[in-house]
Amino acid sequence: MSSLGIIFKRELFSYFATPLAYIFIVIFLITNGIFTFDLGGFYARGQADLLPFFSFHPWLYLFMVPAIAMTLWADERKTGTIELLLTLPVRLSEAVLGKFLAAWVLTGIALLLTFPIWITVNYLGDPDNGVIFAAYLGSWFMAGSFLAIGSCMSACTKNSVIAFILTVAICFLFVIMGSPILLNAFPAWVPQIVVDAFSALGFLTHFDAIAKGVLDIRDLLFFTVFIGAWLLASAIVIEMKKAN
Amino acid sequence: MIEIKNLSKKFDQFTAVDDLSFNVAEGEVLGFLGPNGAGKSTTMKVITGFLAPTSGSVTVDGHNIAQSPIDAKRLIGYLPEGAPSYADMTTSEFLNFIGKVRGFSGQELQQRVAHVIKEVELESVAQQTIETLSKGFKRRVGLAQAIIHDPKVLILDEPTDGLDPNQKHHVRELIKNLARDKIVIISTHILEEVTAVCTRAIIISSGRIVADGTPAELESKSRYHQAVRVSLSEQYDLQADLSGVPGVAGVEAEADQQLSFTILADGSEPIFARVSELAQSKHWPIEEFHVQRGQLEDVFRHVTAKEAMRDE
Repeated sequence: MSSLGIIFKRELFSYFATPLAYIFIVIFLITNGIFTFDLGGFYARGQADLLPFFSFHPWLYLFMVPAIAMTLWADERKTGTIELLLTLPVRLSEAVLGKFLAAWVLTGIALLLTFPIWITVNYLGDPDNGVIFAAYLGSWFMAGSFLAIGSCMSACTKNSVIAFILTVAICFLFVIMGSPILLNAFPAWVPQIVVDAFSALGFLTHFDAIAKGVLDIRDLLFFTVFIGAWLLASAIVIEMKKAN
Repeated sequence: MIEIKNLSKKFDQFTAVDDLSFNVAEGEVLGFLGPNGAGKSTTMKVITGFLAPTSGSVTVDGHNIAQSPIDAKRLIGYLPEGAPSYADMTTSEFLNFIGKVRGFSGQELQQRVAHVIKEVELESVAQQTIETLSKGFKRRVGLAQAIIHDPKVLILDEPTDGLDPNQKHHVRELIKNLARDKIVIISTHILEEVTAVCTRAIIISSGRIVADGTPAELESKSRYHQAVRVSLSEQYDLQADLSGVPGVAGVEAEADQQLSFTILADGSEPIFARVSELAQSKHWPIEEFHVQRGQLEDVFRHVTAKEAMRDE
């Protein structure tokens, strides 16, 4: 097995060796339920789709994903295991990617375990399952984007609480970037191209389209490039900061 | 063979390692000595490829650590300072993980893990999570992961720190056994360790080499080298008998023991025979009489203090 695979497996198992993974999954499922049924009015809408379920995901991820990401590198540096890991015959890119993928798969598992709601909506009505599948995929990629930001923030500090706060702040920025409230707040003299560029970086711009069933390859590409860029930034920060 | 050429490492304005050059050959156990903050750990971090040097190069068996890091790292086993390990894994899981990253699988992996567990006596804690282990066991887990691939080069940063005397002895025996066809570099500030395991010692201070030689050679630089230590049963004026004797530099009273004196040699010739003759002919009231080998601690203090003064 490649070093990437070995690191990925170790990280994923370590989530399940501690209560962390279970707590994350349980809290994720409970809050998802509350959001969907109480706040989202799943039944009251009388429509066979999962829009109320997915539309809360950005806000749910805003706090849940940074909680996983915060320890990614901060703990390695705090305990000194980073020195052990990076003096083994592995590339930094393999370590960054392996750790990221393990955390991403954990969010994927949590997301998959919401399947009863998919069954429910199929039982109650006749939804477009293609749309739901696309929304699941979009949601998972968005979680990955949050995680990639978290990976970079976690590399910036030895203190995982600071990493958490920084990640939440930056993720919040990217969530609201595409929201109409913020876009309308731009003064009229700002060129439209700037406003559009700003909006194009927002998570909601891309996720809303996917959640409504418009699975445009460009939206997935956005998240993929976004993840890649932040992971690259993680590697650069680790390289710069590992000495202290 | 490890070749270190003009190695420097700077952190902003601070120079941790300053133009260090030395080679280490197979079979050598190099003790890396120096006061705290002398640059020992930084040097080791650069040799193992964790930190990139500011200038200079490190070559391990022909592989430059900066240009072909993966090939060089394969040859090295490293115990970082404080023996870090993944605390939430069990000893056996952790060693399996390291073994896999080192490229072993299947039966060979199992054999290697079993072998190192036996070698550093971890049988009793193999299934325990590392965070529950004592400091001594954690250090041994760190040592086990460093030797799992039977590396050509073993770099150990303070391997016996925090161990009790029995464990220290055990680890030193282990290092001696491993050392035969390997290159071993140990950093330590415990000087007895150098005499116990090392075939060569380098003392560094402020990132520079201030002494390099076998432990015996370094000891011979001590002002106590060849000195004769005598304990008397009653007051006697040694100074009067000894003044003018060739080879004798002077007499020093021991600070903490009454009637104990050290007769210092000036290094030109051994003085034992002469002093012993004198003692018999003058009937010194002697209780104890022996030659000193020279104290490494004395050399250490002497060379590192000189360097510190130069910096000021």
